[in-house]
Amino acid sequence: MFRKLAIIIVTSILLSFSANAGSDGQLSLKENSSKNITETKDCFEKLNRATFAFNQGLDKAVIKPIAESYRKLPDPIQSGTSNAVKNLSNLITIPNNVLQGDVKTAIINTGRFVLNTTVGLLGTIDVANKMGFPKYEKEDYGQTLGAWGFGPGCYIVLPILGPSTIRDTAGSFTNVMGGDPFYNASIHGNNEFLSEGLFITTKALNGIDFRANNIESFDNLEKNSLDFYASVKSLYLQDRENKIKNNKRGNIDVIYSDEEDWEEINN
Amino acid sequence: MKRLFVILFMLNINISYVQSLEADIFVQSTVNRASDILSKNISKDEKISGLKEIAKETVDIKGVGYYSLGSFRKNLDNNQKKKYLTLFESYFLKSFSSRLSEYTNPKIDVVGKKILNNNYTIVNSLLVATSERPEIKIDWRIYTKNPENPLIRDLIIEGLSLARTQKEEFTSILNSNNKDVNVLFKTLEEFSKN
Repeated sequence: MFRKLAIIIVTSILLSFSANAGSDGQLSLKENSSKNITETKDCFEKLNRATFAFNQGLDKAVIKPIAESYRKLPDPIQSGTSNAVKNLSNLITIPNNVLQGDVKTAIINTGRFVLNTTVGLLGTIDVANKMGFPKYEKEDYGQTLGAWGFGPGCYIVLPILGPSTIRDTAGSFTNVMGGDPFYNASIHGNNEFLSEGLFITTKALNGIDFRANNIESFDNLEKNSLDFYASVKSLYLQDRENKIKNNKRGNIDVIYSDEEDWEEINN
Repeated sequence: MKRLFVILFMLNINISYVQSLEADIFVQSTVNRASDILSKNISKDEKISGLKEIAKETVDIKGVGYYSLGSFRKNLDNNQKKKYLTLFESYFLKSFSSRLSEYTNPKIDVVGKKILNNNYTIVNSLLVATSERPEIKIDWRIYTKNPENPLIRDLIIEGLSLARTQKEEFTSILNSNNKDVNVLFKTLEEFSKN
């Protein structure tokens, strides 16, 4: 009860931050136009940089070594783990498909989840992919808020979890406030198969799997960045922007977002 | 008159076709050249040196440099511009070749193109998947103002623009240092030296 209250209080504080950020036009409902791209403010840059440095230290000391060990596991174990945690993410994706009005994709993802959980042995085998289902695209509550027209608010770096925005953090809190059926069943469900420990393990595995898949990319980025913090921030915000707009390759929204600046430079 | 119109119309189509085709061929030939170097049994330094030569010929380093400065470029005097472009070129070539030299035998296939206007064509390509990494989508922003000498201005990897990332990185350095361009110069210089 106390924990739930604490979560609600923290979420309320974050949402009030969002309301304040909205005063500069960032979080107010806006037209869904490619020309209306706004810069995400780094309101807490000093704190963010300190948290980023802490996360880097933690990564080098703990997370990266675990990810490297994970990469040494046999391929079927790695792909099985990766598939299983991806399959569980359907439980967050499906309600968000519905909230964004994409009922067709929600139905497809429900079919994918049922098939992979049963025939695919608790999601360890991606049967749906082998059967030719459309490519799976994750959705979350932060993306839904974005799709509804809420701007990102300020950029923040969370301890351990990494880059985020006020909007995306508020979206993440929705998971633990009833938005994630797996969380509900693990923490509040009365059954002998699911537990808090299992929930935390799946989240940790999700993080390790992501880190293991990006070891070289992160090393390369860090080595070739003049300001690694700024590079990670830029890539995170671009990625979220694309996901919210469901941008695909060569999408004109991405290409044109900086067009005026390019047009000025005509050698 | 009608015949003249038809000829002019056909000529126009032909010119457009040649322009767009050039951007495709230009990208494919550039990646093939880079791939050849990366798959050769030579030292890493030799690979980096070869990649730098390709970048000098095919990337609009001056244009990318000005773009990376954003609105700050308007505040520079001629001497600062000259110094900046020299420092930027060293930084860019080192960063670009170092990023690419990690790959061994990459295979990139050009799969499509979109002409944005007379100045730009977007070329779509795929970095073919291997057992170690998935397929990666790479879009190239090609500056086609001079059709005979197209130049690369940006790489958009899985929707993430490298030029935009670099610009935001430079802006962050300038904003964190009272917009003092000399701090950026020093940072670029140190990166190239190390």
